[in-house]
Amino acid sequence: MSASLATAANAKPSLDTTAAISVKDMRKCFGDHEVLKGISLEAHKGDVISILGSSGSGKSTLLRCINLLETPDSGEVRVDGELIRMKQSRDGHQTPADIHQVERIRADLAMVFQSFNLWSHMTVLENLVAAPVHVLKRPRAECLEQAEALLKRVGIWERRNYYPPHMSGGQQQRAAIARALAMNPKVMLFDEPTSALDPELVGEVLRVMRSLAEEGRTMLVVTHEMGFARDVSSKVMFLHKGEVDSLGEPKEMFARPPTQQFKQFITNFNK
Amino acid sequence: MEFFGSLLEQLSTAYDLLAAGWGVQLLWGIGWTLAVTTVSMVIGAVLGSLVAAAKLSHRGGLRFLGESYTTVFRGEPELLVIYLFYYGGTQVLTGMARSAGSIGSTDILNMPSFLGGVLAVGIISGAYQAEVFRGSFLAIHRGELEAARAYGMSTFLRFRLVIMPQVLRLAVPGLGNVWQLTIKDSALISVTGVAELMLTANKAARSTHHSLLFYTVAGILYLVMTSVSTPIFDKAERYTSRSFTRPK
Repeated sequence: MSASLATAANAKPSLDTTAAISVKDMRKCFGDHEVLKGISLEAHKGDVISILGSSGSGKSTLLRCINLLETPDSGEVRVDGELIRMKQSRDGHQTPADIHQVERIRADLAMVFQSFNLWSHMTVLENLVAAPVHVLKRPRAECLEQAEALLKRVGIWERRNYYPPHMSGGQQQRAAIARALAMNPKVMLFDEPTSALDPELVGEVLRVMRSLAEEGRTMLVVTHEMGFARDVSSKVMFLHKGEVDSLGEPKEMFARPPTQQFKQFITNFNK
Repeated sequence: MEFFGSLLEQLSTAYDLLAAGWGVQLLWGIGWTLAVTTVSMVIGAVLGSLVAAAKLSHRGGLRFLGESYTTVFRGEPELLVIYLFYYGGTQVLTGMARSAGSIGSTDILNMPSFLGGVLAVGIISGAYQAEVFRGSFLAIHRGELEAARAYGMSTFLRFRLVIMPQVLRLAVPGLGNVWQLTIKDSALISVTGVAELMLTANKAARSTHHSLLFYTVAGILYLVMTSVSTPIFDKAERYTSRSFTRPK
């Protein structure tokens, strides 16, 4: 895949000035350990932001705080301009003020997990229609039709009646991406989607993700795939010890690492 | 030769006794035993899931109540719990009825024997089922629960679409075990006067003086009930775990 194609797709001018996702000064501690030390991030429609960082840098926690799988200690999250309202609980922690709002917003932020997390008692097709039918309350027939089309797109339509444990990791992850697409999400969150895969299966998943980027999907991707970060994403964010170390255009970042930390990080990776 | 002669004689006596009406009574006994066991299992399933939920709760108070329930009812002799519910229940009911003036001051209002019995056995069964449900819940892959949250499912939807089907799948082998325990516990209900298999065998043994015969027959019938249930639960297990075992 040539880099120019990806750039052309990402260069689409964004007329919408509201950020699809905006995170302001997010902090999160686990016990005494401060994992996120005030992170801000903005993703506009069509942005593909790769979030890089060594293990323990807080990149997965950042993603999980955006859809409130983890509750941030402080900071703001806005999705399409809408602020996720928080309140102070009795023990001094923040909790969501309105769980229904959180559930509604989560449905707009489909997540793809490192370990796939398909529902193992449902067939692939059932996995794809469960949330659209029950959460979005769309007609079942319509959801099934869309699910079949999505499975064709990710290349596992023949496996639609399989149970996830009977499929390879790469097939499961492609099914999980199709499940995310079935929500017609505003933003897709990828949490190390290729890290649990055997090396020979990484390619098939990356190809699907690349095609999503090319059609202008808004994506936040926590990853260790340097090739994807450099060639496909529109922005690269490098986290170091819970802070944004550097942020910028991928070509520029990789050609001239702006910080010593980032330079070190990519050097270690290329070893 | 003499031994076989006497065995034949025994068998023909046995046949006569069973044909004379004890056979039908024993069949009724089986019916009542299955009824007691089934109703107790259902009571136990309701209590067991509530207790399991309490034990898994974030609230310390609920956890304490759940822990106490399973500790007490798994730790006490079953017979004691049955006495407690039947005779204790009778005492409480009588006291309430007397103070309400609906019965005379010397009358006694008995706890209905079936109700007292199935409550006691159901509560014990619930303590064991609670442990089965709790273990099953903990065996669900955490990521699947997380995915359900991440896709906007409410607590109720998560329970209905993801937790319940998987808990049932994982609980089948354990429930088969509890079912066998409950069949055996149901024999203890005979002390309250429910005409289940044990009580019927007792009655037959006492009034005919053929203890060996009737207890042996009852023993065989219990064994038939417990062993017939094994392949049924096996089949249920194969069905509910098809997503893991069936190669396509």
